[in-house]
Amino acid sequence: MARLLEVRRLETRFHTQDGVVHAVNGPSFYVDEGETLGIVGESGSGKSISMLSVMRLIPTPPGKITGGEVLFDGKNLLKLKESEMRRIRGNQIAMIFQDPMTSLNPVLRVSRQITESLQLHLGMSAKQARQRAIELLQMVGIPAAAERVDNYPHQFSGGMRQRVMIAMGLSCRPKLLIADEPTTALDVTIQAQIVELIKALQDEIGMAIIWITHDLAFLAGIADRILVMYGGQIMEQASVHQLYKNPRHPYTIGLLQSIPRLDERRHEKLQPIEGMPPDLVNYPQGCPFAARCRFVIDRCWSEDPQLESVGPNHAVACWVKPQGKEHLLSTAVTNDPSESLGRKANG
Amino acid sequence: MVNSTSFPGNPSLNTDNPTSPHSSQATLLRVENLKMHFPILRGLVFQRQVGSVKAVDGVSFAVRRGETLGLVGESGCGKSTTGRAILQLYRPTAGHVYFEGTDLTQLQGEELRRMRRRMQMVFQDPYASLNPRQTVGAIVGEPMTVFNVAKGKAQQERVKELLDVVGLSPSFINRYPHEFSGGQRQRIVIARALALNPDFIVCDEPISALDVSIQAQVVNLLEALQEQFGLTYLFIAHDLSVVRHISDRVAVMYLGKVVELADRDEIYQNPLHPYTQALLSAVPIPDPEVEARRQRIVLKGDVPSPVNPPQGCNFHTRCPLATDVCRHGLPPMLRDVGDGHFVACHLVS
Ligand SMILES: Nc1ncnc2c1ncn2[C@@H]1O[C@H](COP(=O)(O)OP(=O)(O)OP(=O)(O)O)[C@@H](O)[C@H]1O
Ligand SMILES: Nc1ncnc2c1ncn2[C@@H]1O[C@H](COP(=O)(O)OP(=O)(O)O)[C@@H](O)[C@H]1O
Ligand code: SF4
Ligand code: SF4
Ligand SMILES: [Mg+2]
Ligand SMILES: [Mg+2]
Repeated sequence: MARLLEVRRLETRFHTQDGVVHAVNGPSFYVDEGETLGIVGESGSGKSISMLSVMRLIPTPPGKITGGEVLFDGKNLLKLKESEMRRIRGNQIAMIFQDPMTSLNPVLRVSRQITESLQLHLGMSAKQARQRAIELLQMVGIPAAAERVDNYPHQFSGGMRQRVMIAMGLSCRPKLLIADEPTTALDVTIQAQIVELIKALQDEIGMAIIWITHDLAFLAGIADRILVMYGGQIMEQASVHQLYKNPRHPYTIGLLQSIPRLDERRHEKLQPIEGMPPDLVNYPQGCPFAARCRFVIDRCWSEDPQLESVGPNHAVACWVKPQGKEHLLSTAVTNDPSESLGRKANG
Repeated sequence: MVNSTSFPGNPSLNTDNPTSPHSSQATLLRVENLKMHFPILRGLVFQRQVGSVKAVDGVSFAVRRGETLGLVGESGCGKSTTGRAILQLYRPTAGHVYFEGTDLTQLQGEELRRMRRRMQMVFQDPYASLNPRQTVGAIVGEPMTVFNVAKGKAQQERVKELLDVVGLSPSFINRYPHEFSGGQRQRIVIARALALNPDFIVCDEPISALDVSIQAQVVNLLEALQEQFGLTYLFIAHDLSVVRHISDRVAVMYLGKVVELADRDEIYQNPLHPYTQALLSAVPIPDPEVEARRQRIVLKGDVPSPVNPPQGCNFHTRCPLATDVCRHGLPPMLRDVGDGHFVACHLVS
């Protein structure tokens, strides 16, 4: 499959009162046409800022892209003029944000917000654009779309607003859709609706998707490939099957261990990752995960490991690269659920 | 130990009370037909009520001493409002809240204050619930000051003890909230909740705002504290995997009502209400092979507004099994279908 996006050694910094925030620290990754890339990491790990850098939407100042290349369809986006970039944004690359209220304009009718980009990018007439807007709202499952199209955003529920965002994101049939936690604020039943919708639309339009989330369990059902980010760097890159079956980075292993699973017997105790995420102002030397890592060796404190291939489509940035699966099994303390049930109630 | 039959003069506590049969031995808290309706007001000078938000609309359940009752449901279904109305942070529109047999809804002033000492709440957002201008010592010590339990040196000592209990260094006592991470702030909030030795804590989404890698730390802490101090929890959350981990029993809410309540393993293995079934089928499993095989029940439509909830069964607008009875008949009652498994659905017998 053809390469659609290739990011090389991206670096983004924020200049703040407290010092320089090292938000994105050199990740390199790619997206092929039509594939779904999941990016997972906790808050502050640099997921959103990486994507906003790709879109050239970093507020400057305080932010600045200080290094790297972003090749989209062979062009380095970081070198384009803002006017050229505007033709790509929303047209070839679209982004859906976590909080629809921050990206929907509260004082404009929904119709106006969708038709604007259709007129700008596709040169539709006002009438054509309005017709298309109604079709798009129907497509994302807004009932009575012809009437609701003239509502203001606050007249929609959270789930509906998110669907309006998706309709806007897809309006110009982008080649790449960047979805930044679009379902995090929603309930699981609405999340399931949105996921089903986006998958169906992906089949129809054939676009690639970058799906950002902090929920590793969620990506298992939708991604082809996954990047695990920590401290603005990529810790592990693997196909979806490799990542869950054979995680090789201590952080990935830690994440998988710390989330309880509905389909497994209940563990007596959760296994947290001790400690806290790194301070991005005083960025640690060596491996950013060292302070929390169970496998740490001397070398980790001084030398920052680079992504290294450990198999087909599987790379890990770690000096130790423990065998994750064995570890997952050996530390799982299972317990008969029927036994533990009476324990607390009687005790 | 208080027994539900020891409330003479309370006619509603007879056998057709949905939660009485199983919880009578060790009930700490009993909620009966609790309603919390918020008025919707219009007009600037002469305000008149044009409707009401039926945030909680007839909820009944009991919490046993020492257990964790999980309360799950979609955003806006009334979980937090239920928690607040139990603690009388809102005065309920209707219904009763019995704490060790005393009806909190009937208490005022000093009497209510005395009962409140024994119940605490841990909120979702550890950033919003701490005063940025107070030191950790003042924050954790505040309930002791308010209730005149300890001051000065004695209070300081107790604060240090509490910090130690929640896994923070006692030397943090003079620091300010902004110097702490989300997980540490939630520990401060928990330390404050423990200050007066409560019996009962409402944990309202205590881990939702935390980083994934930190959530398990806080869950383990809450469990350890429960064991150590014999605490009883109402654990509100929307993450069903975490609720299964921490709860002894689980109640599922939809649009202001409890639709199902059962022992943890029972509800996860044998969900009977169509809404619970959809909810469980939507929880992601971190395994692509399992995900590829799974049958998901995807509900249609949005959660209706609690201002005008649907007639009949209020889930009928999204229920894949809805019939005419569901749409036009009386709302289904929450009833015991065996072994303390309560369901509110016409199709479940
Ligand atoms: N003070 C208030 N005035 C009016 N309506 C309110 C008030 N507090 C809550 N509500 C409404 O009551 C309903 C239930 O709210 P509640 O906060 O209990 O939901 P929840 O289940 O806790 O949701 P979440 O998961 O989003 O916290 C919502 O429709 C909410 O908008
Ligand atoms: N406008 C800003 N000013 C200063 N720091 C910022 C700004 N936006 C983001 N950051 C910092 O950049 C880091 C990465 O942020 P982000 O990419 O948003 O994380 P996430 O993975 O949660 O999406 C965080 O430490 C964040 O605080
Ligand atoms: S490089 Fe060292 S500290 Fe970093 S993850 Fe690997 S073992 Fe742990
Ligand atoms: S009563 Fe009817 S509408 Fe309500 S949950 Fe049961 S089947 Fe569905
Ligand atoms: Mg983000
Ligand atoms: Mg809430």
